[in-house]
Amino acid sequence: MAGEKTVLVVGGGISGITAAVEAAEAGCKVILVEKLPYLGGRVARMNKYFPKLCPPTCGLEINFKRIKRNPDITVYTLANVENISGAPGAYTATIKITPRYVEDHSGTSKCVEDCPASIPNEFNYGMDMTKAIYLPYEMAYPMNLVADADALRKAKVSQDFGAFVESLQAKGIRLDLDAKPESLTVQVSSIVWATGWVPYDATKLDTLGFGKYPNVITNVMMERLASPNGPTGGQIVRPSDGKKVYNLAFVQCAGSRDENHLPYCSSICCLASLKQATYLRDYNPDAEAHIFYIDLRAYGRFEYFFDRVRNDDKIRLTKGKIVNIYEDPVTRDVIVEGEDILSGSRIRSTFDMVVLATGMQPTTSLEKVPAQGIQYDDYGFVISDTGIHAAGVTKRPMDVGTCLQDSTGAALKALQDTVGR
Amino acid sequence: MDHKIGVYIDTGYGIGEALDIDALSSVATSEFHAVVCRAEAYWSDPEKLAIIRNDIVTENLTAVVIAGASPRVFQQEFTFENIITERVNLREHVVWCHPANDEDTQMLAEDYMRIGLTKTGKYEERPPFTDPNEKGILVIGGGVTGLTAALGAAEAGYQVYLVEKELKLGGWLNKFSKVFTGRFPYDELVDPPVEEKIKAVGANDKIRVFLGSRVFSISGAPGMFEVIIRPDGSWIEELDAIQNRWLAEKKAKANQGGEEPEPAQTSHEEAAKLPPIPETLDFEHEKVSVGAVVLAAGWRPEDPPGLEKFGYGSHPDIITNVQMEELASKGKLARPSDGREVNTVAFIEVVDDQIAHPWLYNSAVGSLVALKQAHYLRKTNPNGKAYIFYENMRAPGQYEKFYRSLQDDPGVFMSKGTPVGVSNGGSALTVRLKDTLLGEDIELNADLVVLSTGMVPLTKDSSILNLKYRQGPFLPENPYGFNDSHFICFPYETQRTGIYTAGCVRGPMDILSCEMDGMGAALKAIQCAELVSEGKAVHPRAGDESFPHIFTQRCTQCKRCTEECPFGAYDEKPDGTPLPNPSRCRRCAICMGSCPERIISFRDHSVDMIGSMVKAIEVPDEYAEKPRVVVFICENDALPAVDMAGIQRLNYSPHVRFIPLRCLGNINMVWIADALSKGIDGILLIGCKYGDDYQCHFVKGSELAQYRMEKISETLQRLVLESDRIRVHQLAIDEYATIPKLVDDFMERLSEFDPNPYKGF
Repeated sequence: MAGEKTVLVVGGGISGITAAVEAAEAGCKVILVEKLPYLGGRVARMNKYFPKLCPPTCGLEINFKRIKRNPDITVYTLANVENISGAPGAYTATIKITPRYVEDHSGTSKCVEDCPASIPNEFNYGMDMTKAIYLPYEMAYPMNLVADADALRKAKVSQDFGAFVESLQAKGIRLDLDAKPESLTVQVSSIVWATGWVPYDATKLDTLGFGKYPNVITNVMMERLASPNGPTGGQIVRPSDGKKVYNLAFVQCAGSRDENHLPYCSSICCLASLKQATYLRDYNPDAEAHIFYIDLRAYGRFEYFFDRVRNDDKIRLTKGKIVNIYEDPVTRDVIVEGEDILSGSRIRSTFDMVVLATGMQPTTSLEKVPAQGIQYDDYGFVISDTGIHAAGVTKRPMDVGTCLQDSTGAALKALQDTVGR
Repeated sequence: MDHKIGVYIDTGYGIGEALDIDALSSVATSEFHAVVCRAEAYWSDPEKLAIIRNDIVTENLTAVVIAGASPRVFQQEFTFENIITERVNLREHVVWCHPANDEDTQMLAEDYMRIGLTKTGKYEERPPFTDPNEKGILVIGGGVTGLTAALGAAEAGYQVYLVEKELKLGGWLNKFSKVFTGRFPYDELVDPPVEEKIKAVGANDKIRVFLGSRVFSISGAPGMFEVIIRPDGSWIEELDAIQNRWLAEKKAKANQGGEEPEPAQTSHEEAAKLPPIPETLDFEHEKVSVGAVVLAAGWRPEDPPGLEKFGYGSHPDIITNVQMEELASKGKLARPSDGREVNTVAFIEVVDDQIAHPWLYNSAVGSLVALKQAHYLRKTNPNGKAYIFYENMRAPGQYEKFYRSLQDDPGVFMSKGTPVGVSNGGSALTVRLKDTLLGEDIELNADLVVLSTGMVPLTKDSSILNLKYRQGPFLPENPYGFNDSHFICFPYETQRTGIYTAGCVRGPMDILSCEMDGMGAALKAIQCAELVSEGKAVHPRAGDESFPHIFTQRCTQCKRCTEECPFGAYDEKPDGTPLPNPSRCRRCAICMGSCPERIISFRDHSVDMIGSMVKAIEVPDEYAEKPRVVVFICENDALPAVDMAGIQRLNYSPHVRFIPLRCLGNINMVWIADALSKGIDGILLIGCKYGDDYQCHFVKGSELAQYRMEKISETLQRLVLESDRIRVHQLAIDEYATIPKLVDDFMERLSEFDPNPYKGF
């Protein structure tokens, strides 16, 4: 039933992937554009989903399969939509594609272990280093290496570089540091905008110590720390000294529900912290987790999960607002201070490590949709919905299941556009 | 069927250096008579693909085998029209995880070549099942979700049949005074957005509305559902009573245990207790044919016994939040008892702490409703005071702004507080609370007490769909008490293909989410109707054109296939043999594993095919000290995990041979018997995690595999073999690092036994 027209989906996270495959399986032609070198977005960097505590890669694998076997989906990675003109039903979009600087035959990081240059590993939020040629993660789609051209250009002067490049050729890998970005113009009848979110910048929370004290981390970093393919191989240890964590605090609403930062509720941080408390308890059965919250916002069937976590007597919940965090300079332990809302008493407790439950900030609050007529709310979420359909966290903070609900609905709007109602 | 096979060995990736390619080629040419066998590096390159395409034409190839990288990569490159393509994974499963130029590594590669070529030789030609051609959509429920779904599908060009049990469309929205929208500017209350939608439905000539009607029955399958729609009447209570009794008996029996695990859904005898569609329909009705169904039947207020604890029913001024809507729609709030103006309202979140998850139905919107209703009072009575007591104030996302707007109102007082009781204090009601933010227990006088109630999906009360399926009229329920099957990643899926739940039957939700859900479910329904009309499967094997073929002559009417299908794909013929409904089938092939007669097969997946692949493994004699182990793995999670082990260059025993299955539930006992009687020393099964939070894409596949293996002891006894030669493992996709230990531990256990005495037979 779908017309011979094309849908452009911008953003290759779970919302964009879902909109793309759902629209394509309903008969649309789809172009999926992702700015990173791989699909999967934020969820690819998560350890487990709440409430089932299952790995996100399980669902991603099925979705990648759906993409691989569907000739109606074209994927561009390292690509940005720079401009959109036209009107609902007939848009022209310009896509800029940054080169990978390396051509390979589905290579892996193990193929380039002798690369002389290293860069901070963005996939792990900079908690470790990766080679300047790398596969972002083992299950990445597309399964292709990508190179950091700047880092490699600097490494060119090193003695081993020539030999390294030669060794690559023997492995079917060709480096091309002179590759140029390409520009592509596409005609589409509908656009789904699903560029997702960024974790709120925790350095802006100046009394909470992030960036100052190594043992204060954020919830997205905690996901990597607990992941089997994370910087520590799943060991939940302190960044300062690699010591196993026995005593961990979660500080909720770190930026969210705060007029000076994110005035809205990020919806998922309570459940994320409940989930991360289980990571710690699974990793170290002797460890204790302490969650400081204003309201614990579990909803619907997440109640089952909340109950389960609440029944663990080594996970303590305190209705309290943390206002100040500092470090014991000798032990590097972290001290949190605040107010216990129920008793009115002062909180002052010491922990091995603290996780700031930072919220979700829409990417569109930092980079607007490059088109006319898009409307945003005060926080940067997209509120207009004609021709260019926002999906997922571009509209409001939501959990993964809700993103899937929403982006499947966005696929229907796109289908409607292609049949020219 | 005889195939002309071309074999293309990739010598890139270190394969050429690690293996004896000539010996490997000779497996293809001498043992399997491949027409062409070429060895070169990187067959995925365009100029190399041209060589393959040329061979296809000049050598009349019907099948191509690529022996190189994992099938997870270069899928598009290695797709040749009308040519069977099989992949042998020499990279991730051989050279990346085993030492180069080693006898055992070479034997492994050669065995994988044999397995792949054997599989290729067993592909059958069978055209897809393209009978289904109805593309209309049935939407059950004319509330906000159903209206949205109906409009969504109609505006994409599809015929819609909308069935509503009331005489007016709109559902609960007709009964609400005002609603919060979740839309910008977030803190406004508006009239329920219902008239507009009803008008749009009325104006759309692609939507046919059946008011005051219910679904009498749904039979058939996606793309060819037959729906009987019947005016509401006492018949529905009678039908519900029969069906609910049937379900209760089934559940009671399951709780007694001793039965096969679900989805051993419904025994033959049980199915017979359900009323069939009468041969003559001697009542007013309409029949429509549709491609797919959206179930948006909605909710009813929860009625926990806990309400009485707070005086509900004992005093007219103690009401539920649903009753409050009615009161508010009359304008100024007046006390039900005496009509006097209400000045003070206490809103209490009531949960029944006697039940397991007291907040389940309440927590999605309960807080927001209290905020909304406080607003009603403040809007109509400037001197009115609203007291909201909550456990956790749940105002997610931008609703925080709505919450804040009421926090700023001096007439609205909010606190955490646990209600203890409500008593009649004469002129007013007295509410007692503990654990409040004031740090003490408080008593409060109120003119009106509003108790919050939750939203219970109507599927809790009855089938609604009234399916005429062998496995019964109901949608199977998940452990959370709703009907979706693959929360989180595939939220619209249910265990009945082509039937998608939306709105408050899928979980308590606000209006915004209901609209979103109606759109999403409509898309899934459209997708299903389109795919099945092309003979293709829907999720998770979308596009698969194979479907089960049954050699009925040899069927013994054991009914296992009809009982074990997680999706209720099989009905039953009068003679007791299975009646497949191919468009209901998700192609998991669990039925293939359940069939003791081995008569169920798919064109590219059959008992014979997998059995032959097992038999293709060369088993060295008992003096060679080279044990052989077959590992059956689920291709969705375990297979990628094994690939990841290769990508990470993890080492494990070279004596194991991985054979991927569509689902571990495919496992047929005969493969085990065949493998053991051929001298295979051990069999390992690796499938997805099961239990309440199962990760199986086919719900119960791995659990069924476990169950079947528990029954294998008989076979082992007959062969006089140790039961530990078979082991079942649950593995999540990200647990690939444990694969070496898992394999090597098993090998160690096997080393305690003598070699399988059947080697060489």
